[in-house]
Amino acid sequence: MSREEQDVDDSAPGEEHVNAHEPAGGVRGYLLGLGLATLLTAASFWVGWTDLVWRPAVPTAIVVLAVAQMGVHLVFFLHITTGPDNTNNVIALAFGVLIVLLVVLGSIWIMAHLNHGMQMGPDEMMQHMR
Amino acid sequence: MSSSPAHPAELSASHNPRDPYALGRGHGGHGAAATGHGEGGPASKRVIVSYGFWIYLLSDIVMFSAFFAAYAVLAGETAGGPRGRDIFGLGRVAIETMLLLLSSFTCGLGSIAAEKKDMRATQLWLLVTGLLGFAFLVIEVQEFAELIEQGAGPQRSAFLSSFFALVGLHGLHVGVGLLWLGTMMAQIAVKGFKPNIRRRLLCFNLFWHALDIIWVGVFSIVYLLGSGL
Amino acid sequence: MMLGKLDWSAIPFDEPIPLVAAAIVLVGLLGVLGWVTSKRYWPYLWHEWITSVDHKRIGIMYIMLALLMLIRGFVDAIMMRTQQSMAVGGAQGYLNPDHYDQIFSAHGTIMIFFGAMPFVIGLMNFVLPLQLGVRDVAFPTLNSVSFWLTAAGALLVNVSLVIGEFARTGWLPYAPLSETTYSPGVGVDYYLWAIQISGVGTLMSGINLVTTILKMRAPGMSYLRMPMFCWTSLGSNMLIVAAFPILTATLAMLTLDRYMGFHFFTNEAGGNMMMFVNLIWAWGHPEVYILILPAFGIFSEVFSTFSGKPLFGYRSMVAATLFIVVVSFLVWLHHFFTMGAGADVNAAFGIATSVIAVGTGVKIYNWLFTMYGGRVRFPTPMLWSLAFMITFVIGGMTGVLLAVPPADFMLHNSMFLVAHFHNVIIGGVVFGAFAGYTFWFPKAFGFQLDEKWGHIAFWPSLIGFVLTFGALYVVGLDGMTRRLQHIEVDEWVPWLHVALVGVGFMMLGVAAQVVQLVVSIRDRERLKDVTGDPWDGRSLEWSTSSPPPFFNFAVLPQVHGEEAYWGIKQRAIEEQRLGPEPEYEAIEMPRNSPTGIITAFFATLIGFALIWHIWWLAAVGFIGAYATFVVFAWREEEEFDVPAEEVARVDRARRAARQSWLAERGETPA
Repeated sequence: MSREEQDVDDSAPGEEHVNAHEPAGGVRGYLLGLGLATLLTAASFWVGWTDLVWRPAVPTAIVVLAVAQMGVHLVFFLHITTGPDNTNNVIALAFGVLIVLLVVLGSIWIMAHLNHGMQMGPDEMMQHMR
Repeated sequence: MSSSPAHPAELSASHNPRDPYALGRGHGGHGAAATGHGEGGPASKRVIVSYGFWIYLLSDIVMFSAFFAAYAVLAGETAGGPRGRDIFGLGRVAIETMLLLLSSFTCGLGSIAAEKKDMRATQLWLLVTGLLGFAFLVIEVQEFAELIEQGAGPQRSAFLSSFFALVGLHGLHVGVGLLWLGTMMAQIAVKGFKPNIRRRLLCFNLFWHALDIIWVGVFSIVYLLGSGL
Repeated sequence: MMLGKLDWSAIPFDEPIPLVAAAIVLVGLLGVLGWVTSKRYWPYLWHEWITSVDHKRIGIMYIMLALLMLIRGFVDAIMMRTQQSMAVGGAQGYLNPDHYDQIFSAHGTIMIFFGAMPFVIGLMNFVLPLQLGVRDVAFPTLNSVSFWLTAAGALLVNVSLVIGEFARTGWLPYAPLSETTYSPGVGVDYYLWAIQISGVGTLMSGINLVTTILKMRAPGMSYLRMPMFCWTSLGSNMLIVAAFPILTATLAMLTLDRYMGFHFFTNEAGGNMMMFVNLIWAWGHPEVYILILPAFGIFSEVFSTFSGKPLFGYRSMVAATLFIVVVSFLVWLHHFFTMGAGADVNAAFGIATSVIAVGTGVKIYNWLFTMYGGRVRFPTPMLWSLAFMITFVIGGMTGVLLAVPPADFMLHNSMFLVAHFHNVIIGGVVFGAFAGYTFWFPKAFGFQLDEKWGHIAFWPSLIGFVLTFGALYVVGLDGMTRRLQHIEVDEWVPWLHVALVGVGFMMLGVAAQVVQLVVSIRDRERLKDVTGDPWDGRSLEWSTSSPPPFFNFAVLPQVHGEEAYWGIKQRAIEEQRLGPEPEYEAIEMPRNSPTGIITAFFATLIGFALIWHIWWLAAVGFIGAYATFVVFAWREEEEFDVPAEEVARVDRARRAARQSWLAERGETPA
């Protein structure tokens, strides 16, 4: 990599050189990521399929596994680290995650209340309006 | 844009110890080399381009989150039509997941090859990435076609509308990614590893990995949780 | 069918108002085009403006679009006010309900998306790189694409005046009214595609400016040395990046419902129209902060400059800005308190809504303390800012009142609400935009706007604004609901006449602004800004000449503290000389590119084709857009070099002007 293309204390997101010398870098990093992601995916499908897990816990388990796998992707494939050269990238990511959570959870909360307030599904309401 | 600061001597100044994370809190620390944090002037083009693309990806994920929210709210509204567990084939989803995960992996290998300016390896890995992505898309289109044939198309119920829109939006992204990938492979072949092309390759990498992250959400929430409905 | 749904019946031959308006616009347009052709200005326009990727030129074009659209939206407003004061009792006025509904929908859509948004984006575009001490935005060509896509959206909305119709659903097309069952015409489709196309432009501009602020600043400019306008712009653009995708998604769902029979928001098959309201406001509330935050930044610059003092409480201002950014995503339910969420949801969002006013309150006090003890001057930008401070406090307090759910149940959908949001948007965003326009005009063009006409424009605008919306507050409390084509209650009528008189005053204000521009261009020699620092400014944009050279700064400035330029200037005044001449180096600048306007051309084609279901034309548009993208990606040279001698020549002229200013100042110390 040419010098003028690289900042000393600032890394582009996804830059390969970020953890080149750590387990999360290079081909080894991608292999590790692939392995972990496969494992987590398999676990998700297994949890959904098996009867060994207490049913009401399944949604939580699947969400937790999904979040874990997203983390694996971020670290091993996108090379997002907590290093100082990555601060800006992480802050942007955190802001994005915050907005996603607000939109999704907020919508679910609000819509649950609105539907409850309606006392009936939209289908039934149509029946009544006829 | 010239990225060289007016006084190159400033670059050699030592890092400000009061500000290890280069957030610019320390006053008077203007000599630090943390270009991207504004201390040493504008960041390099590579950082600017990929950071801009990173911001774009986050906005794209916010867009997906609206579709996820719609799915979460409307998933129960089957209007007497089929429910998730009636129509989702988890075997197919598992294959799709593996295809996309593998393509993310090969895309990374392509990026490492590009780092070493190895033309053949880069093109090979990018081709494999594209083929895996294409296979994913074929399976998805097949699934959609089957569902529509069974009368479980998006017009059937709000649940199916939100399902088709969310999964279809992801598929559309994969399709656009393939078009981009093809264009870029041609460009690499013609022009070689020029800095601007390497920047685009970095962005494509980000895009492709991000699509895989979104797919993790899709298969977990839509398919796995949805088949419990 | 080759032309989809399009045929001669699309043109409203039976309605004289739109036809006459369209004819006037067309004649005007042809006149301008003819004039440009006869003067042989096309090559100049093409090379210097249309294909320009210079952030200053793009910013100016954004503001020109905004001014045009503000006048267009103002015409709608005049029509609504006159209709409501005429159509009383037995009289029907001159607008039938169909037409009236289109007018209030077009008014809101145009004012927000094509008036206010381009105005603030244009100001940010023009000012940010100058304040940050850099030569352009992060992605110059993308910037041009953003602008032209916004213009394409504005074009589509205005085309609907003649070909077809516009939406009758309000500025946010609430489902299920906007579904094909109840709005089978092309009006909603015009809305959808115009907003989607310009929305993409806005999103890209947001990404561009966030990247610019975070990654491109002059050496030494750490975050806490950025001028306040940069901070509020950062907040605004973060909100664009986070909120506009939600708008895109929501409108895409409505589009799927309308075009492909999906059931997101329909009455049938489990669709949920409340989900539309929920999602659209998850964008809609951050949107108002997208508009107001840059205005807050402008006021901060103006108050500090014209009080001759640094901004009071800089850090608390930064904190308040970031606080508003986050909390603006926690209040969207207050737009639909009455839709039936339980007490706990309403309470949570009501409290969050009241709390967000704290951030603004901090800012108001900071501005007050900035003026306290300062040598306050009162040129036009300062007048707009002071008027803002008073009117915005009133508007903010009616907002806090509306934030209380039980009160909102009374006032929801009334003219009180209409008065409230006009109070904050005009008093906040428009006054801010005008303050910024007069403040930075000399920087953009090298001469100041005429102060006398500025004052003449300000007073009637303020009086008209207070009269109109004061009256609307009153009728709102009297129970008048919004969007009425016909008035049945006699007690409202006097107040509606007051509102009409107010509109008359505002028309005077608008006319005076136009006169101000004309007079200033005529007298540009008298109003010339020789030094580049006409207001005794404090941030870096005033350190370069007016208008700045296309590369902004010959040498990137070194920043050693807050108020980067103030320090440099004071040292120069003390020592009676400028700093040593820097070593000039060659500069790389981005090349012009027609990519923006070509992309916008194809986007307009796609939008128009999809509105009228001309599928082959849409396909042509997509292929054209892709081809444009490939051609752009394939170009060999992205930049060109400005030789060091050229840089030196331009900068020495600037230094000479400064030096003679210093000498004059030395002879007659202020």
